Amino acid sequence: MNKWMHDELAVVTMTVNGHVYRRAIEPRLLLSDFLRDELGLTGTHVGCEQGLCGACTVLIDGAAARSCLNLAVSLNGKDITTIEGIRKRPQFPAIAQSLSRHHGVQCGFCTPGIVASMISEEEATQEEMDDLLAGHLCRCTGYVGIREAWKDLIQKKAGE
Amino acid sequence: MQSDSLWIGRPVSRVEDERLIRGQGRFIADMNPVPGIRHAAILRSPHAHAVIRSIDINQALGKRGVVGIFTGEMIARELDPFPVGVSAPIQYYPIARSKVRYVGEPVAVVVAESRYLAEDALSDIIVQYDALPSSMDIETPGTHLDPSVLLHDGVLDNVANHRVFEYGQCGRELQIADVVLTHRFTYPRNTAVPIETYGVIAAYEPGTDYYTVWSNFHGPFTLHSVMAHALKISTHKLRLLSPGDIGGSYGVKSAVYPYAVLMAVVSRLSGCPVKWIEDRLEHMQASSSATARITDVTMGLNSQGKITALKLVQYDDVGAYIRAPEPATLYRTHGNLTGAYDIRNLTVENYAVMTNRVPTGLVRGYGGPQLYFPLERMVDIAARHFGIDPAEMRRRNFIRAGAFPYTTISGGIYDSGNYQAVLDQALETSEYDRFRGQKTAMSSRSIRYGIGMAAVVEPSGSNMGYVSLAFTPDERAKQWPKSGAAAAATVAVDLLGGITVLLDSVPEGQGHETVARQIVADVLTVPMEAVRVIAEMDTATRAWTVSSGSYSSRFASAGSSAIYGAAQKVRDKLLALAAIKLGADVSTLRLREGWIWHDHRKTVWSLKRLAGLIHWNPEELPEGIGAGVYESCYFTLPNVAAPSTDDRINSSAVYGFLVDIVKLAVDIETGHIQLLDYTTVHDAGKLLNPLLAQGQIHGGMAFGIGSALYEEMVYDERGQLLTGSLMDYLVPTAGEMPEHLNLGHHSTPTDSTPLGAKGLGEGNVMAAGAAIANALADALGVEVFNLPLTPQMVFHLVHPPHEKEVDPK
Repeated sequence: MNKWMHDELAVVTMTVNGHVYRRAIEPRLLLSDFLRDELGLTGTHVGCEQGLCGACTVLIDGAAARSCLNLAVSLNGKDITTIEGIRKRPQFPAIAQSLSRHHGVQCGFCTPGIVASMISEEEATQEEMDDLLAGHLCRCTGYVGIREAWKDLIQKKAGE
Repeated sequence: MQSDSLWIGRPVSRVEDERLIRGQGRFIADMNPVPGIRHAAILRSPHAHAVIRSIDINQALGKRGVVGIFTGEMIARELDPFPVGVSAPIQYYPIARSKVRYVGEPVAVVVAESRYLAEDALSDIIVQYDALPSSMDIETPGTHLDPSVLLHDGVLDNVANHRVFEYGQCGRELQIADVVLTHRFTYPRNTAVPIETYGVIAAYEPGTDYYTVWSNFHGPFTLHSVMAHALKISTHKLRLLSPGDIGGSYGVKSAVYPYAVLMAVVSRLSGCPVKWIEDRLEHMQASSSATARITDVTMGLNSQGKITALKLVQYDDVGAYIRAPEPATLYRTHGNLTGAYDIRNLTVENYAVMTNRVPTGLVRGYGGPQLYFPLERMVDIAARHFGIDPAEMRRRNFIRAGAFPYTTISGGIYDSGNYQAVLDQALETSEYDRFRGQKTAMSSRSIRYGIGMAAVVEPSGSNMGYVSLAFTPDERAKQWPKSGAAAAATVAVDLLGGITVLLDSVPEGQGHETVARQIVADVLTVPMEAVRVIAEMDTATRAWTVSSGSYSSRFASAGSSAIYGAAQKVRDKLLALAAIKLGADVSTLRLREGWIWHDHRKTVWSLKRLAGLIHWNPEELPEGIGAGVYESCYFTLPNVAAPSTDDRINSSAVYGFLVDIVKLAVDIETGHIQLLDYTTVHDAGKLLNPLLAQGQIHGGMAFGIGSALYEEMVYDERGQLLTGSLMDYLVPTAGEMPEHLNLGHHSTPTDSTPLGAKGLGEGNVMAAGAAIANALADALGVEVFNLPLTPQMVFHLVHPPHEKEVDPK
């Protein structure tokens, strides 16, 4: 076992939801655990730690990414947005309303990750939307309400 | 029910959504309810079957951040084994003592400053095992297994439960039947895969001997007493709390309870509160799963295609221990074993067989898919035998619309229904005849088209008594009888008229808070926004009972009825007070928009003022009106008695019905199945919220499609799990859902529940496997006996492997 894994801390500086954080952390700490345990941002959910379920999706420099597949230490200088930041954006209310109106939420565990994907690809076509949605597992809804909600947003945008 | 309901029955959007979409839900992993929490990691067995020779924790104890390490032996000696639901002598603890019986079984627990540090220490625990051969088959009864593959001392052939039930004259009817069909079907082991895994926080309070345990457990709360028994404490010393947000369960989180007990003991031994959040591999290996089942079906029919007798021999794989509430998978459907059909002769032989796999439990549909896959396939096989359409075959055997309430031969009381009408609606919606006519012409060299259906009687509101069918009538006579399907709820009105509702239903995404608001707002004639609903469970402060919790689609029938009853008690108390104040007869008063009306005139008394009077000025309350507005209702559904001495039982309180029709295309070169469209028509009585009903049906369809086409927990012959990640265990993604989903409802009224509602969240899981297999058989002209219908399986159906070459000897 490598000794440095246990004892040495690395200093990382990153912007999370507009605030700059400077922390000494273990190099092995996952971004998902950093956000939840170090910063108390529990809106990011961990479902598999294997990059498969998509629940932990956040924005890294604006692009949707799995926070469980990134080491926090590797994101020095990066700009991270979690659901706690996304919900302050002007586009958020329309997304939330559409998801609710189309019953795209049941247990809500996968939802913040899906919202991160939705907001990261605002210009998505319907085909791209299906691709993006395939990166998120939901066991409650059969994806029907989520698809409808997203489709509705795309159509409204096209109509603008 | 009030005729002027404003909210019940309307597609109201959910009150839960706002917080969940904003990431402000509070799930178990988000909680730190007490200070000083330390973190647990579990060392698990790499063997499916082995004797533990030694465990050395010394080196691991010296690791940084380690608070304590506890082996199975150290933990188990603090416990009694969990009570089990059979008479076989099976000792089940939440951790292995001297022998491991499945891959992933807990062996030791590390408590440390963080989860990372706890996991670090796991690798320094040295365990020496003597591996044993594994027992992976469930057709073992009577085979006299070698002692080395017996899982538990004193349990012959690993059979934990065996019972035979005879109703009518099945043997005689099979002898004289014009046609007798016999086939064997295999339903695979699959599981629920909630995106949130199990989680437990346990805090032991020295001095009082009280345990407080937070977890994403959702009942049945019968298991509270099972947990207290294992902890060797009286039940009031065990306080269970569940957060208001649980990230899905579909039944499987009912089996978090052994971990609740494990962490409770570890908290006591380590002297600090302990938190354990399961990871995905742990969940796939060692949480719970559905039972796999082999069913030998024998069906007798007369020359008109009327089913005269049915014989089922069911072998359930319950895994390494028979964990309560198992063997309930075998008994949940006992009253509806004959499905939608008028069959008066039935023999059932049940075996619960233990294997070196993870113990089983609730998974959406619980017993339903295991029953309806063989039953509904057999109806199609019979139709083909007689050369008649599968729809016509069902029509000839359906219980008639005029026959309700209908008592099945095994004791089920189907409260209402019109099966022919539902079938007709499904045929019309799916354009069944048109597709049948076109499908041959549509076929190409490699693509075949098929259409198939399943008709399912959907039980909801389980009778707590059905589990005791695992015992013989003589054994039952020595126990307290068990029955009922009860639920509780509380409605409180505070000093200024604020309304709070407390639930016992522990939802995991079904939207109970929304429906509770609809019901209470209707009864108290207030806006929905005036009602706050608390879904968090707390066994120390909530009204609850043995059958509380979320399982067996019981909210629509039992849970909503308790809420309705509690709201009525509040209304009646306020009306009684108003009647005295106004000097009027209570029958002349009614609530409207939150005010008391007397003979069509609004009075000066509002709900708020009446509640205020009760709280602020109890001295002046008239005789018969007590202080406080805090009303609990315990509601129990009718007709759910304990099993009779002749082994009949109404295993569920109410029975819905559905017909699913599936169209598919199958590529015979690749084995790929594409679902073209999926039609489902339900009769669930009155829909409390059509939007939520639709969500339950869509979710159930996705679940059913997954179990039909993709999902199986695959073990090798030595008991290693090969599907431990979501890369290997495939659940449907958005791309696998059919483009066209057609939902219909045909509601027949029922008076079995006050609001007229029945459950509907599990029916499609029960139907999908059979409907899709029937469609595939239709497309290929080959019978289908196993699920899931993976490309490999389909390929083998089209290209059967060559017969084994005959040994020249």
